[in-house]
Amino acid sequence: MWKDLFAKKKKYAPLPSEQARHEVPEGVMTKCPQCKKIMYTKELIKNLRVCLSCGYHHPMPARERIASLLDDGSFCEYDADMISVNPLGFPGYIEKLEEDRRKSGLNEAVVTGEGALDGHPLVIAVMDSSFRMGSMGSVVGEKIARAVERAREQQRPFLIFTASGGARMQEGVLSLMQMAKTSAALKRFSNDGGLFISVMTHPTTGGVSASFASLGDYNFAEPGALIGFAGRRVIEQTVREELPDDFQTAEFLLKHGQLDAVIHRHELKETLAVVLDIHQKGGEEGWWRN
Amino acid sequence: MVAELEFEKPLVELRRKIQELKEFMKTADVDLSAEIEKLEARLAKLENEIYANLTPWDRVQIARHPQRPTTLDYIERLFTNFLECHGDRCFGDDEAIVGGIAKYDGLPVTVIGHQRGKDTKENLRRNFGMPHPEGYRKALRLMKQAEKFSRPIICFIDTKGAYPGKAAEERGQSEAIARNLFEMAGLTVPVVCIVIGEGGSGGALALGVGNHIHMLENSTYSVISPEGAAAILWKDASLAQRAAETMKITAHDLKALGVIDEIIPEVKGGAHRDVDEQAKRIDCVLRRSLKQLLALDGEELVRQRYEKFKQMGQVSFLPETIRAR
Ligand SMILES: [Zn+2]
Repeated sequence: MWKDLFAKKKKYAPLPSEQARHEVPEGVMTKCPQCKKIMYTKELIKNLRVCLSCGYHHPMPARERIASLLDDGSFCEYDADMISVNPLGFPGYIEKLEEDRRKSGLNEAVVTGEGALDGHPLVIAVMDSSFRMGSMGSVVGEKIARAVERAREQQRPFLIFTASGGARMQEGVLSLMQMAKTSAALKRFSNDGGLFISVMTHPTTGGVSASFASLGDYNFAEPGALIGFAGRRVIEQTVREELPDDFQTAEFLLKHGQLDAVIHRHELKETLAVVLDIHQKGGEEGWWRN
Repeated sequence: MVAELEFEKPLVELRRKIQELKEFMKTADVDLSAEIEKLEARLAKLENEIYANLTPWDRVQIARHPQRPTTLDYIERLFTNFLECHGDRCFGDDEAIVGGIAKYDGLPVTVIGHQRGKDTKENLRRNFGMPHPEGYRKALRLMKQAEKFSRPIICFIDTKGAYPGKAAEERGQSEAIARNLFEMAGLTVPVVCIVIGEGGSGGALALGVGNHIHMLENSTYSVISPEGAAAILWKDASLAQRAAETMKITAHDLKALGVIDEIIPEVKGGAHRDVDEQAKRIDCVLRRSLKQLLALDGEELVRQRYEKFKQMGQVSFLPETIRAR
């Protein structure tokens, strides 16, 4: 299997994302799926991909997210060269992976690493829905579990941005087991007093929502993000009942007690900095000290 | 009367023929015993052939057999003094999961499992063994109680999956499953999980983070039902049979993938053909498991469980030459 991978890869050596992005410039204009207005992509990116007209939060590529939050030059990536294999021998899987690697400039659906946010050192994982819809296979599970382990060793907070369609079908039961693997790593981290902040972005569904995404000491979400376990269509077919318009949105979850807060992308960095500051190891000097 | 499955049709035919000849011999004055003997030999051979060459789809049919023994059938046979404990202390009692305290050959244990119904009425009450969040939360409550009193936990897995419903989402289906994975990972008592029927997705895994995981020979364990997989992968639920093969969901597949520890052999034709005998086979594996795990202390149990799940999955790394930085 490995030989097979190797032979084919020569043609499409995955490039670091920056380079790839230069080669494939994005469309000059972007249409907002919510308000249908057309705007300059450049302007949209400058606005952290929040629609200038209606406030819709467009999906944010992992590297853009990291750049928007972490202090300049502080990010150091983990396991950048880890890639998926085809454990079930699933027809066409390897080709799909290669295609997504080429299109997205990523090697897998999550980028992990360490850095600092407003001076606070942390370990971060950012999922990217442009790679296999952000689905979780062995690599996503392993990279996240390793990142959590590193956060534990270094006693840094762990911050994750989720974006996932759920389990990676092509890896079958092994993708299911990644839910247990990541949750077990977080349990160990938590027992050691580690701080875990989960920020759910659009969409966070299936196995990812039913594992690490929901296990934060703080569970946040971006406005309008779709978050849930079972798909809306499946539910409609099963129960044949009317579902509210806001069903499985971040706001719906907030109303039902499943989230700590829904945070606008423009206020995200500031909010995270506050949370990190409150959990600073040792804390500050002050009148409360004897 | 045991309901026969599609792939058993040739056997049914042959059995009927033998029966007919026997009846005929009683009424008419002819000796057909040589003929009957021949047919019976053929039946035995055919039985062996069919049951030794079950396809994944055949096994799915056995795992879904309406008379397949359930959690309560095994509890009744494997444990004494079972006291069912109800409720999540929060919202309600989900009858799709049963749990309680019992003795296993004298040893106090906590037993939990998904519970299907035996008929339509019971299935409605038990929601066909598909839990709501309160079911997982009840299970977790009982597991934490077991930990407090140092009792091993035995989980029987038998569900099509989590229930896709509005109320389940409102009450935090995702969080409830995630919480179980998280907390089970930290339990300081032995946890043995046995898949006895269908092990479907997160609903199954929510009782599945064990030190040892075993599967009955004809049970299945998968990230999604074959029908669901076919609908997503090929936009056609009728390709379920193909999905069952592609997705690698049988006990033998999971053993090969390094997900489970032992395959518990089934009675010929499936567990429903002899529940008592099947319970004995489970007993044998369960006893061995517990004996091994009871030798470990709490910390060792947590570490063993952690390492077990850490090694699940397969990844690779780009060779140096291709990294192209
Ligand atoms: Zn807009």
